[in-house]
Amino acid sequence: MKQLGIFIKKEIYHILRDKRTLVILLGMPLALVLLFGFAITNEINNARIALVDLAQDELSQEISTRLAASDYFTIEAQLPQVADIEPHFQKGKSKLVVVFPEQLQSNTRRGIPTSIQLIADATDPNTTTTLINYAQAIIYSELQESTNSLKPPLHIQTEVKMLYNPRLKSVYMFVPGVMTVILMLVSAMMTSIAITREKELGTMEVLLVSPLRPPLIVIGKVIPYILLSLINTAVILMLGTFVFGMPVEGSLALLGLESLLFVVTSLGLGILISTRTESQQVAMLISLMALMLPTILLSGFIFPIESMPKLLQIISNIIPAKWFIIIIKNIMLKGTGFEFVWKETLILLGMMFLFIAASVRNFKIRLA
Amino acid sequence: MRTILFILRKEFLQIFRHRVMLPLIFIMPIIQLLILAHAADYEVKNINLFLVNRDGSQAAHRLIGKFEASPHFNIVGSAFNSEEAYRAIQNGQADLFIEIPVDFQRNLLREGYAQLQSSVDAINGVKAGLASAYTNAIITDFNGEFREEWISTVTTSPSHHLTTSPLTLSIRSANWFNPELNYQTFMVPGILVLLVTLVGTFLSGMNIVKEKEIGTIEQINVTPIRKYQFIIGKLLPFWIIALIELAFGLLVGKLAFDIPFVGSLWLIFGFSALYLLVVLGIGLLVSTITETQQQAMFISWFFLIIFILMSGLFTPIESMPVWAQTITRFNPVAYFVEVMRMVLLKGSGILDIRIHLIVMSAYAIAVNSLAVLNYRKTT
Repeated sequence: MKQLGIFIKKEIYHILRDKRTLVILLGMPLALVLLFGFAITNEINNARIALVDLAQDELSQEISTRLAASDYFTIEAQLPQVADIEPHFQKGKSKLVVVFPEQLQSNTRRGIPTSIQLIADATDPNTTTTLINYAQAIIYSELQESTNSLKPPLHIQTEVKMLYNPRLKSVYMFVPGVMTVILMLVSAMMTSIAITREKELGTMEVLLVSPLRPPLIVIGKVIPYILLSLINTAVILMLGTFVFGMPVEGSLALLGLESLLFVVTSLGLGILISTRTESQQVAMLISLMALMLPTILLSGFIFPIESMPKLLQIISNIIPAKWFIIIIKNIMLKGTGFEFVWKETLILLGMMFLFIAASVRNFKIRLA
Repeated sequence: MRTILFILRKEFLQIFRHRVMLPLIFIMPIIQLLILAHAADYEVKNINLFLVNRDGSQAAHRLIGKFEASPHFNIVGSAFNSEEAYRAIQNGQADLFIEIPVDFQRNLLREGYAQLQSSVDAINGVKAGLASAYTNAIITDFNGEFREEWISTVTTSPSHHLTTSPLTLSIRSANWFNPELNYQTFMVPGILVLLVTLVGTFLSGMNIVKEKEIGTIEQINVTPIRKYQFIIGKLLPFWIIALIELAFGLLVGKLAFDIPFVGSLWLIFGFSALYLLVVLGIGLLVSTITETQQQAMFISWFFLIIFILMSGLFTPIESMPVWAQTITRFNPVAYFVEVMRMVLLKGSGILDIRIHLIVMSAYAIAVNSLAVLNYRKTT
């Protein structure tokens, strides 16, 4: 036991000595949370649009003014004719052009069908949809006011209540996601690289011939990283709560336990990778390509799982991160107790045993 | 000159000696491309809807029928009280529920006004916003239909004041360059940027640091090889590999996703060649300040993640606050993503991207000079 303690101490020294990696490991969660909190969003503000005003009458001026006054839009340019639109888009000057046809006002007054055109640079589908919706809303409300139509009869009013997150803050989505990614990064990647490095540098032989038994070597290697992961989790949670106002409705103890479960599962994965590779580069690449990227993409962190094709939805079930994100969100945001997350917890437990068993089987005491 | 050729040969031999390397470099990115392009879809389908129908009227049934028919929603259950609905949301079975109150139809016809209640699981703000927008669209649609039918059955007499005049003015929208609003057409060029960047930064940087770590760099340092020969020898293989990967990626993009190639492919490759100089330079710079491969990887990873997230690949640059947009001006990835999309999807020409070209050139010169200055043959 005392041997294990000394070994762990040596590992901690190694980690602390590597200042560059340490800075990144502690700074990355910070940077990610801040980025996601402040910069990464889909909302539209001050979007540049252009106008082609072929009518030049009172109605088109009113609508133009209304559009310009809105927070959503700024008028980037007034184009003289429709043919100018394509080069305008090609230069990337704006994403939406509003075209007012000739005789707009007089046609409307006389009841002759006419239409305002919204031409969108649809390369980005989501921005397009949002821009068109906003523009339509503004133009419709301007029309209603100016033509003075009364409230239509038979009106259905829908009251919408947003549960758990009334102000639709995106922080509720990304804090669990960032936590998961960082935990996976530290636990799986770091561990696999650490163990592989010893193999590559040749110091693994020294460890193996020492009286320290192989399972203890592995345990000793991973314990510092467990500590590091828990520190990171705490930092992210605190940032989420104090800077972004994200609540922790459920029990902190349950959250801690589930995080520990996920950390150990990821560690199992990391160790498994390290038993199969000889060089750090390969370990890194495998961790990146086969772990990190699928975790980020398929776990429901950034892109909703329900929107993915069936095949990818099935694949996402084997990614531990997906279950962990569900668990965290339930505990933090819905305040549910264990009864609601037992299924996911069981799945994670199963994965953990699987990875650890596989690692133990694969761990070679003799080097090839 | 001959020296460089020899170094190149050695580098290529070393790269391909790793049997794992080759598939990792070529096959993995392609798999990523396929998976990412299919996964990266912000369009929301299959929203789970729970219904609370307290009014058995025809209007209520018709409204429900519209929701059933909609491709956006799956009806996962219905009940007569809202407690069951709340529980469905709590255990994740439903994303939202709609409550049709008692006397819905009667109120609508008699008072001219009725109210519906929808409660949405708003943990995912984006999804909730869209779900609520779709819901409103369906309800408004139903409202319009119901109203028109009611109007056509009402006899016109002086005591009826019909205020609905058909609006002669309509708003039409047209989607250029991507008429079907295909999200993959948007994402695939961006993902190609991602792949090329990853190969350029990681592999090149780590390659040099690996030599440092295992000590063979000392041996190279004591040879008469000049600094520039060594650097060219290290970077050129990855420059070539990245360009081949880009070509491969474009092929896959065309075959698997049918992305348009409106603009000039020469322009794409030309800009990529320039961009790669920047990216390789960053890898080189990182390698001069790190001792181990792990450090090189982590530092590259850190900067890369930040660059990629802020490049407009996943979320638009216009949505960022002003300070973030200013930072984006220094982000090479953002420029490449923009150029890819502009040239491939809109057919922009060399004049349209001249600013991007100028900035990239400046960046390439700056980063590479810095890296070369930093690199010492003596430690």
